[in-house]
Amino acid sequence: MIEVVSAARCIACDICVKACPANVFDGGPGKVPVIARQQDCQTCFLCEIYCPADALFVHPNAEAPTGIAEAEITARGLFGSYARALGWKRGKAAGAENDPTFELRAFL
Amino acid sequence: MPQTSLRRKSADRTAPLNLEADVLVLGGGPAGAWAAVTAAENGRRVVLADKGYFGTSGATAPSNTGTWCVPPGEARAAQVERRAARAFGLADPHVMLRMLDTAHEALRTLGNDGYPFPRQSDGELYIANLRGPDYMRHMRRLALKRGVTVLDHHPALELLGADDAIVGAAGWDRQQHRPWQVTAGAVVLATGGCAFGERMLGATGLTGDGYLMAAEAGASLSGMEFCGQYGVAPAGTSLNKGLPYRWASFFDVDGEPLDMSAGDRHVAVAKGLLRGPVFASLDKAGPEIQDWLRRGQPNCFLPFDRIGLNPFTQRFEITLRGEGTVRGVGGIRLVDEGGWTGIPGLYAAGDAASREDIAGAVSGGGGPNASWAIASGRWAGAAAARTALSSRRDVAGKLRRLGGIGLVAHSARPEAEASIDVVAAVREEMLSIDRNFFRTGPKLRCSLSRLDGLWRDARAYLAGEGAAAIRTREAGALLASSRWALAGAVFRNESRGLHRRSDAPESDPNFAHRVRTFGLDEIGVALDRAIHAAPLQVARS
Ligand SMILES: Cc1cc2nc3c(=O)[nH]c(=O)nc-3n(C[C@H](O)[C@H](O)[C@H](O)COP(=O)(O)OP(=O)(O)OC[C@H]3O[C@@H](n4cnc5c(N)ncnc54)[C@H](O)[C@@H]3O)c2cc1C
Ligand code: SF4
Ligand code: SF4
Repeated sequence: MIEVVSAARCIACDICVKACPANVFDGGPGKVPVIARQQDCQTCFLCEIYCPADALFVHPNAEAPTGIAEAEITARGLFGSYARALGWKRGKAAGAENDPTFELRAFL
Repeated sequence: MPQTSLRRKSADRTAPLNLEADVLVLGGGPAGAWAAVTAAENGRRVVLADKGYFGTSGATAPSNTGTWCVPPGEARAAQVERRAARAFGLADPHVMLRMLDTAHEALRTLGNDGYPFPRQSDGELYIANLRGPDYMRHMRRLALKRGVTVLDHHPALELLGADDAIVGAAGWDRQQHRPWQVTAGAVVLATGGCAFGERMLGATGLTGDGYLMAAEAGASLSGMEFCGQYGVAPAGTSLNKGLPYRWASFFDVDGEPLDMSAGDRHVAVAKGLLRGPVFASLDKAGPEIQDWLRRGQPNCFLPFDRIGLNPFTQRFEITLRGEGTVRGVGGIRLVDEGGWTGIPGLYAAGDAASREDIAGAVSGGGGPNASWAIASGRWAGAAAARTALSSRRDVAGKLRRLGGIGLVAHSARPEAEASIDVVAAVREEMLSIDRNFFRTGPKLRCSLSRLDGLWRDARAYLAGEGAAAIRTREAGALLASSRWALAGAVFRNESRGLHRRSDAPESDPNFAHRVRTFGLDEIGVALDRAIHAAPLQVARS
């Protein structure tokens, strides 16, 4: 589930507050959003790709928070890794034209 | 035709929101998106309200969606016949053909509207697959461009009736903390399926709210017993995406390969899980497949990359996530080709509706469901647009609120807290492999009687106001959906597709029909004869 909002990276745009389908964050003008309803997180990773500053980290454990530290996420280069894999940049959609899933579907 | 937005920028954001529209669409997954776009293209003023955010909400947005997309021509009829033959006698080939036609046309227009489909080596666009986040973001843009008024974080709590018709809905704006109400000439329920509280991709809002609202309006459900569909996911994760497991081997806790001889991966894994932990490895994927998997399904690899494990060489523990009616089949019973529920002014599309027409008794995942969401959304949007035009009525002073459970309690001292226990009970009864995958009459009756009891308690005590009402209504909808599913499963004393009864392992020709469920305090169950009886005669394509 959602674990970290990096205050160092966040530009306080409130996009995640709006875009999270589970309404997990509480925001406010000029403030770094807080994770207000962590248990509601559906571990969909979508806030990460909507964030223009790669400031969010979602841990794949969907059952409970793990308490992973921001330093580890930074050290392992995990901020923004899902957006990069998709080709999304600074919160903007891109890269669907390079999706090779159709090659895989030929095997089904 | 672009319309001016129904919402003015200067509007007071604390006062209750009251809007009038021609068509109100509840739910912003693909079905709701296509319904809203279609109604707007027909010149109607459309409001779309989603529980979450139109663009990220629902089962499609976090996934990668393969559609069932066949261009017009010979192949279409052949594919339909093949699929109908696997549907255990409950599908309707005519609807399948119609769906393929509508979905193919819609997917072509998506390309023209700028959705970036990939190109195959022959230079042709591949329009049969959509990346969830990109697709739904595109649909949001398209809807806004067509003049649809979008209300994000506006869960609908109940329908509004006047005379014998549905004329709108009311709910709670969970970010501005105020009630909302939209009156409309027609309402489309596109609230998705019911995931029974499972932690899988996209499930947070999928609590069966539309089923409950439809039943409160007097509509029936169909096929709810076909909810024994499960998806493989790495243990503890939300990633129930099946595609990578095409290249997987499965092992028990001693490292022995699972017996896959029955041919059904899910049955083998479910049996394994009853004995102990099960592990998988994507060891059948060669370098090229590995590359395509990583680039095409990147979210499937987040668990591995984030915990530091190579799934192509190492083994990892897996689980089965119950997929309820999302990759199962059941939903609101439709009575005509325009998605009409049989209640004046009320339409349904996508997973909110039964998909027996196109999937029969087997999962519609992997293509049919995505195409159904598109096509049924388009049909319901067009039909609602027609109804809205012909049924303009003055509803002033006549509005009735139709919501019951979770909103209005019989007891003098209602409370909202009980929703937590209700959700826990639903999860226990409806997700358990022992009870829901391998079913028996006694186990099903036991689950049903427990949830019937909880329903009676909830009718007496469960109610909330404002934001709390979102939880109490979700709990009520989960409970109602579970009871229809269990009642149908008890009634269907045989095995058919996703409904696996260990105590009646064969299919019984007497049950080669759909099962309709209806009612709230007392649940009714009936065989639905002949609705889909016509065989495919002319393969018109
Ligand atoms: C992991 C995964 C992968 C899948 N892959 C495929 C695939 O490859 N091919 C395929 O055919 N199918 C696939 N499916 C199934 C497919 O995603 C669904 O059939 C499809 O999303 C249905 O669209 P929908 O619009 O009906 O529902 P959804 O996309 O689920 O949207 C429902 C919407 O309704 C909203 N809502 C719910 N309650 C309320 C309320 N009370 N008020 C307002 N709004 C509400 C929700 O927030 C949500 O936005 C997959 C499903 C999953 C979970
Ligand atoms: S992972 Fe999904 S549900 Fe969780 S906070 Fe991010 S957007 Fe919200
Ligand atoms: S989207 Fe990113 S930058 Fe914007 S408020 Fe959220 S965390 Fe901060």
